[in-house]
Amino acid sequence: MKTLSTFIILLLLPFVSLAAEDESRWLNDIKPQYFADKPIKASDLLTIEAPYRAEDPALVPVKIISKIPQTPERYIKKMWVFVDKNPYPFVGEFTFFPETGKADLAMRIRVNSYSYVRAIAEMNNGDMLMTKKFVKASGGCSAPIGTDLDAAMKRLGKMKFRLKPETKEGLAQAQLLISHPNITGMQMDQVTRFVRKPYFMDKLTVTYNGKPVLMAKTDIAISQDPNFRFYFIPQGQGELKAEFTDVHCESPISRTVCEPSKKYVKTQQVNL
Amino acid sequence: MRFLILFLLWPAILLAQPALSVTEVAPGIFVHFAKQEFPNPHNHDHIANIGFIVGQRCVAVIDTGGSPQQGQALKKAIEYTTDKPVCYVINTHVHPDHIYGNRVFKQPGVKFIGHYRLARAMAARAPFDIDRAKEQWDVNLSAEDIVPPDFNIHKQMRIDLGQRHLLLTAHPTAHTDNDLSVWDEKTNTAWLADLLFIKHIPTLDGSLKGWLSEISKLEKQTYQFVVPGHGPLATHWPQAIQPEKRYLQTLLTEIREQIKQGKYLEEAVKTVGLSEKPHWQLFDAYHQRNVMSAFAELEWEDE
Repeated sequence: MKTLSTFIILLLLPFVSLAAEDESRWLNDIKPQYFADKPIKASDLLTIEAPYRAEDPALVPVKIISKIPQTPERYIKKMWVFVDKNPYPFVGEFTFFPETGKADLAMRIRVNSYSYVRAIAEMNNGDMLMTKKFVKASGGCSAPIGTDLDAAMKRLGKMKFRLKPETKEGLAQAQLLISHPNITGMQMDQVTRFVRKPYFMDKLTVTYNGKPVLMAKTDIAISQDPNFRFYFIPQGQGELKAEFTDVHCESPISRTVCEPSKKYVKTQQVNL
Repeated sequence: MRFLILFLLWPAILLAQPALSVTEVAPGIFVHFAKQEFPNPHNHDHIANIGFIVGQRCVAVIDTGGSPQQGQALKKAIEYTTDKPVCYVINTHVHPDHIYGNRVFKQPGVKFIGHYRLARAMAARAPFDIDRAKEQWDVNLSAEDIVPPDFNIHKQMRIDLGQRHLLLTAHPTAHTDNDLSVWDEKTNTAWLADLLFIKHIPTLDGSLKGWLSEISKLEKQTYQFVVPGHGPLATHWPQAIQPEKRYLQTLLTEIREQIKQGKYLEEAVKTVGLSEKPHWQLFDAYHQRNVMSAFAELEWEDE
């Protein structure tokens, strides 16, 4: 019996060490860089919905769900999303408000290889919570880049809101579609003579009747044609407004040299 | 140490490749018909139909395979078949199973030809392919395996192999944004590569609407033989492209309906196009991805 359990432990060893390795990027790079030594605890107040096998590494639907309502007394203030194994792991930093109603966020991201996708939330009292989900990027012919770059360039900057016609527990369910190629940058210039810098949406603000409901700092891990779904508390007649800017950076893996580009705006009247 | 030995033996490994099996589908047109499989470390991504066309003067290679080893095996098949030299390498599009034998054909006198957007597509995906080739396909790739075209085709180009003319056509975005097809005047054979899938589920990495629009042009042609990128030779045209057309049309109709109903992408992948499952090999491996890609495209079709 003892031999058998030793045998099983030996069998499991490679998996144990693999799992440990999966945390290394988070522990050694991401956490120190973004959160220094702040305590962060795993929490089930947050969950991530994502496919275990990502059919298309360029377009992985991810949804972060918070289990608590946003009230002025207790709310999620900020949320960071990372893909540990991406060359540039930072996906975005999202700011929520009591007016958001519920700090849920769905989006489409790029996942380069087998990796944890993780979300870290900061509560208004300073508590830091974390949840994570392992995603296996599938092979095939796909790469974590976009399709039909020319078509995306042609409609660059267009935005549209889509709203569910009815509210859910007093919350409006909004989707914001943004047309942007969110180019990852290309490094093979010496061979193909192509030099292309990362070019992506870097800041987004959504307001309702002039008050912010969602703010975001984003990077190239957001898929081509960024797509976000979020909540806000409607008050009958009102105006939704989205504003974003984009940026060109010199390197695919560093953000020290970037040049701001343009600003895009879209408004929509809602009655909910 | 193992790596050192491998390194020293590298040229020997390449030379030791047996010749790739090819079939002469029409006089002077030789095709290696691949097994219909998902790329993996056992098949080394050797999953695409590749081959060559022989003229009086020289040979045009059409796609070089998924690895330098397969490229070498193709080269050997050419040497067994003819003593004419290779003068052109035509890459039908950027996907790894079609271009990563390129390196072995690179030598003086050989011109590489591709769609004008091929070089850009190679630049965009090369870093990812090089990174994961070992793990995904058990293939070693480096920057030398990225061989961009010498001639970039915007619309059409005619090449002469000696008493044999090939018409090369660069297509608007369809299967990918860099699809190139080859037509052999002499035998009225079209080499459509991945614009045509037979039995193997079509894979979408370009534009659903663009692909359907190319199909409507292609089906008006009266080809004698058609070589698909995946699947057996087509001898009945345009019947052979009808299943692909029906599949893509089903995606278009059902996804438009989902968007109209306010459904999200995550919901659409669970319901769209399931009636097509019995008709295709590798349906489970690619269908959901096709739906996602098409959905993201159709969300913007009214703009």
